[in-house]
Amino acid sequence: MGAIFWKEMADHFGRRRFIFLLALVLLAIIWALSVIFGTVQDAASSREEFLFLKVFSSSTDVLPSLLFFISFFGPLAGIILGFDSINSERTQGTLARVLSNPVHRDSVYNGKFLAGLATLAVIQVSTILGTVGATMASLGIVPDGEEIIRLVGFAIVSIAYLGLWLAVSMAASIFFRSTVVSAMVAIGLWLLSTFFLILVAGAIADFFVGDIVDQETAIEHFNIETWISRVSPSFLFSEAADTLLNPTVRSLGVFLQEQVPGLLSSPISAVQSLRLVWPHIVAMISAVVVFLAVSYTKFIREEIRS
Amino acid sequence: MSEVIIETEGLTKRYGNFTAVESLDLRLGEGEVFGFLGPNGSGKSTTILMLLGLTEPTEGWARISGFDPTRNPLAVKRMIGYLPENVGFYNDLTGRENLQYTARLNEMPREESDERIEDLMDQVELSAAKSQPVGQYSRGMRQRLGLADVLLKDPKLVILDDPTLGLDPAGVNWLLQLIQDMSKTEGITVFISSHRLHEVQRICNRVGIMSHGKMVLEGPVGELVDRQEEGYQLELEVNDVTPELLKALEGLPTVDRCVALGNTITVSSKEQVRPKALASVMEHGVELLQMQARDRSLEEIYLRYFQEG
Repeated sequence: MGAIFWKEMADHFGRRRFIFLLALVLLAIIWALSVIFGTVQDAASSREEFLFLKVFSSSTDVLPSLLFFISFFGPLAGIILGFDSINSERTQGTLARVLSNPVHRDSVYNGKFLAGLATLAVIQVSTILGTVGATMASLGIVPDGEEIIRLVGFAIVSIAYLGLWLAVSMAASIFFRSTVVSAMVAIGLWLLSTFFLILVAGAIADFFVGDIVDQETAIEHFNIETWISRVSPSFLFSEAADTLLNPTVRSLGVFLQEQVPGLLSSPISAVQSLRLVWPHIVAMISAVVVFLAVSYTKFIREEIRS
Repeated sequence: MSEVIIETEGLTKRYGNFTAVESLDLRLGEGEVFGFLGPNGSGKSTTILMLLGLTEPTEGWARISGFDPTRNPLAVKRMIGYLPENVGFYNDLTGRENLQYTARLNEMPREESDERIEDLMDQVELSAAKSQPVGQYSRGMRQRLGLADVLLKDPKLVILDDPTLGLDPAGVNWLLQLIQDMSKTEGITVFISSHRLHEVQRICNRVGIMSHGKMVLEGPVGELVDRQEEGYQLELEVNDVTPELLKALEGLPTVDRCVALGNTITVSSKEQVRPKALASVMEHGVELLQMQARDRSLEEIYLRYFQEG
């Protein structure tokens, strides 16, 4: 599998589409700079805490947050690295040749997936490090331990999120012979889950709850809408990332007015935040496993004709 | 006795209602060059895929040197060098890089494989192009690179799927010569599939002819021709085909059948009936325009199956 992994890595970094990914990283850092000078600088002068996290989570008058940028373009990076991974080798006639060598089929698949994931990790980590670097250079501060733990957690969550889209697009590349079709299907799924599902979630909640007349119906409406939205990876990711990057988020449910006075206004610890989003991380990794499993069962017994 | 390299029994592959390969029995000994012939769509490629474990047989089994390709694919693939029909390479990698990747996949030590790659590139006359991306290679060059790729892992058995397809005559000769040499010098067993008999015939010890998924003929080339020459064919072109004449011809000793097509009568018989047939034509007052006795060559037998297919 090592041979396949390194070959794929070399491919990812050598191809023209890597320039596109690199451009995304640069764009993200420029985005971060504009957030720094637009919002975070003011926060810094008023001696607020967690500035490094704010660079990711706050928006400006013109731009949405960097988090939004990542949740929007991240899936595209995953799809770009995976949508033609198996079917292009099939049409090129290299798959039959490679598989006539002593390698297991799952090694081909695993090698490709891991190489894609490693590439996504490189991209994501460079985006985060670049942003942190830009913050350090422009504001002259260093991140503290708490912030570093949160950023590492954020890196893991975002790599899992991008990896999920890699798994989706690789599954599409197994199920559809044409690279165009598999790209369309992967992008379609992404649009469906990112926009459509969240829109529909509200409508479904309306249908079940009816008009919001009191507190109870409001809570019920919120719960239904949130649970449906959580099927969408981008919602799951935004929720998890928000929690990690915002230490004042202490619950993902609803707060009632009468509960608020009992709350401490201090931020919660990084470990507590991680605990809150643990189910999100597990959910995303399980989704990856499901897509990999579906791909395996299709790929492992398939006929490979050149 | 030499080792049995390929053995299949009742090997069958069905796709839904369509039977691509029907109970194929094959046996190939070490060092043999076997020509697997048949028209396109007669089940040759499917058979090869089953031998390699790239598709599973519906019924029956195959063994490569005693290993089952479905259950023990790695052991089988370590021994086989496979040149697919329309061999594919990574177009943005050079010829040498493509071979290096194959060497990695076979877990060959780097120094040893690098040396071997240089040798093989020389052998297939690609030394000048080895640092060029494969995307710039011609069809013939790819095929030669494919051969180097197949030989790289020092295989016991080489399976070539239509290797001469799309090559010019000089290229075909060169390729076949190389295959013959390597089988002789290295004792490699060669399984070569083709739909062009006349090309591969001369390098094969034995051929099998596939038609509609079945092996209809199998044996050494010379023997097959002899076996077929038991019968004779006579073509008579006459000015008028009368029912009486046909009946008379059919009545001749050793004649199996008579078929009239237009003004041409084809007489198939076990023995030479030329003088008697000629006499019958005269008797019936029909004018003979042309007469031709036909030897049935392997090519003709082969063509017959082809026309069916």
